[in-house]
Amino acid sequence: MVKSILLLLVQRLALGLLSLFAVSVIIFLAVGLLPGDIAQAMLGQAATDETVAAFRAQLGLDQPPLMRFMQWIGNFLQGDLGVSLANQREISELVGARLGNTLTLAAMAALVSVPLALLLGMLAALYRNSWFDRALNTSALSAVSFPEFFVAYILIMIFSVKLGWFPSISNLAPDASFAEVFERSVLPVATLSLVVIAQMMRMTRAALINLLASPYIEMARLKGISQARIIFRHALPNALAPIVNVVALNLAYLVVGVVVVEVVFVYPGLGQLLVDSVAKRDIPVVQACSLIFAATYVVLNTLADVLAIASNPRLMHPKG
Amino acid sequence: MNNKKNNLTQAITDGHLPRRDFLKLAGMVGVAGAALSFGFPLNAWAQEGTPKSGGVLRLGLAGGSTSDSLDPGSWSDTFTFVGFSAVYNSLVEIGVDGTATPELAESWEASPDARIWTFKLRQGVQFHNGKTLAAEDVVASIEHHLGEQSTSAAKTVLGDVLAVKAQGEDSVVFELRSGNADFPYVMADYHLVIMPSKDGLADWRAGSGTGGYRIKSFEPGVRMALERNPGYWKPGRAHFDSAELIGISDGAARINALITGEVDVINKVDLKTINLLKLNPNMVIEETKGAQHYTFPMLCDSKEFGDNNIRMAMKHAIDREAMLGSVLRGYGSVGNDHPLQPGHRFLNTTLEQRTYDPDKARFYLRKAGMESLNVRLQASDAAYSGAVDASVLFKEQARAAGINIDVAREPADGFFSNVWNKQPFTTSFWYSSLTADRMFSIGYAKGASWNETHWEHERFNELLNSARGELNEPLRREMYNEMQQLCRDEGGALIPLFANSVAARSKRIAHGPETAPYGELDGLRLIERWWQA
Repeated sequence: MVKSILLLLVQRLALGLLSLFAVSVIIFLAVGLLPGDIAQAMLGQAATDETVAAFRAQLGLDQPPLMRFMQWIGNFLQGDLGVSLANQREISELVGARLGNTLTLAAMAALVSVPLALLLGMLAALYRNSWFDRALNTSALSAVSFPEFFVAYILIMIFSVKLGWFPSISNLAPDASFAEVFERSVLPVATLSLVVIAQMMRMTRAALINLLASPYIEMARLKGISQARIIFRHALPNALAPIVNVVALNLAYLVVGVVVVEVVFVYPGLGQLLVDSVAKRDIPVVQACSLIFAATYVVLNTLADVLAIASNPRLMHPKG
Repeated sequence: MNNKKNNLTQAITDGHLPRRDFLKLAGMVGVAGAALSFGFPLNAWAQEGTPKSGGVLRLGLAGGSTSDSLDPGSWSDTFTFVGFSAVYNSLVEIGVDGTATPELAESWEASPDARIWTFKLRQGVQFHNGKTLAAEDVVASIEHHLGEQSTSAAKTVLGDVLAVKAQGEDSVVFELRSGNADFPYVMADYHLVIMPSKDGLADWRAGSGTGGYRIKSFEPGVRMALERNPGYWKPGRAHFDSAELIGISDGAARINALITGEVDVINKVDLKTINLLKLNPNMVIEETKGAQHYTFPMLCDSKEFGDNNIRMAMKHAIDREAMLGSVLRGYGSVGNDHPLQPGHRFLNTTLEQRTYDPDKARFYLRKAGMESLNVRLQASDAAYSGAVDASVLFKEQARAAGINIDVAREPADGFFSNVWNKQPFTTSFWYSSLTADRMFSIGYAKGASWNETHWEHERFNELLNSARGELNEPLRREMYNEMQQLCRDEGGALIPLFANSVAARSKRIAHGPETAPYGELDGLRLIERWWQA
């Protein structure tokens, strides 16, 4: 049983590595397909034939693409991410700080939104079709329907321009204390939470409602078991698989899809770095960011599958 | 010396000053300028109260990117321009009056043909890393942008420089291919900062300059923290204890940051919401009259625009005033199809302002043997925010003249590598033109790599070459006047607008009665020029 999970893990990780390789190849080709290269992008309107040629020679861009890719992957396998073509900084350094910021923001948003979504989903399932359920559904759906930047601007207008409770931008000094990080993260975390809560909440509600109608729950009710025990002991474990999958999807989104929120709140995360690097055709940085994003998806999806299997006795103890 | 300067001015205006005398005096003006620039701040600031020392200046700036670097050859937008202007000095500074003022050079002198320029360096100036400024540093810093290996954006600016050599410890000699009377202005270019040399090369990685502020930390595209250099050599400058630049690319986020007091000054104020910002009693709008201009370049070697009559038809089919109102909300001025801005010292004031005249446009079309014209305009906001809107407006205006413009929106990404300067009709912009010579040389001269109209006009190019080395100002003015007319009546650039740079500051921050006319934010130098109110 534990063995089967381990086997699955190994399989998944091997597949994951394969997809990461595929991603790196695709990204490399895709950036190559974009018009222009880093020399032209960096020099912009100031590019002349001479300076562009000198730029390419210095960065080794005059070599054939296959050679460059092999070189890059060779270094990558030795743990060397290389330097940014645009400003010669170590990519590990460039990405490291930003990744930390992105993960901090994602973790805070997850800590707020996941428990809240599950709780609200359970309450909505319990009191389904009541005014409470309807109000909750309507507001969650509205929140998710507005574009992120709109939600962000509304929050800024109310809480920083009018009330002055929180700063309107979330730029973090390198030596910021935890209290400051927290204060500056409140509005972005609120924005992200409003965006991701709806899906998780509605999945929880749907999965639970389905189960609450089944005969064994009715039996439990008839035995006089308390509501809380019915939900937590009998219903929730069986509803876990779909919920975990949706949660994983939303967590991945919190890591990779927040560039709009980063821009509005001036939060120095990975998304902005990726956008800037694509615009400048800075392939090594694009590769590093893309691999991090791809790895996030691989890890979270594997985790979701493992949890789904672990929560399902039929999959945990397959017959023969 | 002031007297001499006045004599010189008088002699130049009268137009009969022998060349040799001019140069002798011109060399002295450099020295006089030095004295003046030190005398100036005290006099001028006396009117507004003395600047206060101390405090922090926080800037929220558009134009930062994660790919920004310490290498001055790569600086390409406001964030690096403004930040590094506080860290470094150049040989020459553009004063608040718009003229070349000595900075690290104490004075300069030209040979009679304006081909050899000698800059005498200020003594006893120290870099942040403790090294004392010497001629070798200047040579290395300039050579950083030259040579085959150079990837510098300033390489074209220095296209005329044959050699730069140290002469003793305290002088640097530039040898140019041909005479250039504006060479001191070239040395004020924001890329040409002086860095300490190491083994004969400019050590740009050290991030060490001679400026009023030291780099405390620099995270490209995110922030730059600066602290005052206590040993700064320039008196009456660098009042803040520290400065912080924050990269804010989103226009609404910049305004929010200013209103909520997160920053004290922002640049590139969103013109759509500027009226709301004006209502706030604690904010001041800072407008810099623009050298920045927007163009619709027409390729003169294309089959569409080969005939000047067609180009003239296009130039009469655009309603500049309407465009000024809607694209710039009035924050700018109308262009006259040549690149010198209103107030430029060589502006041809006798040229009549071109207006919207569909009948005249039709007249030129008929002269070209056409009743109507169909052209495709490849537009992108990469040129300036609002370029696509301006193109659509143009399309509507040109219809009255029988010109059908098909506006094709191009992606901003890669616009300048793939569309601009390749397709017959596009949108473009110029950031600044410090001198008439530079503007004409890089944008309109035959064979110049940024000649975005592929215009080749024999008379124009002749005039350009003779004006460059001409030290007799009235003669030079005559030549520039004719060149502006040629651009306007025969060139390929349709120049509808000059845009002002619009910034905003909180009243917590103050500055002198005048700010520099070139470049936004007091000639990019607000960090060392402004102070806490």
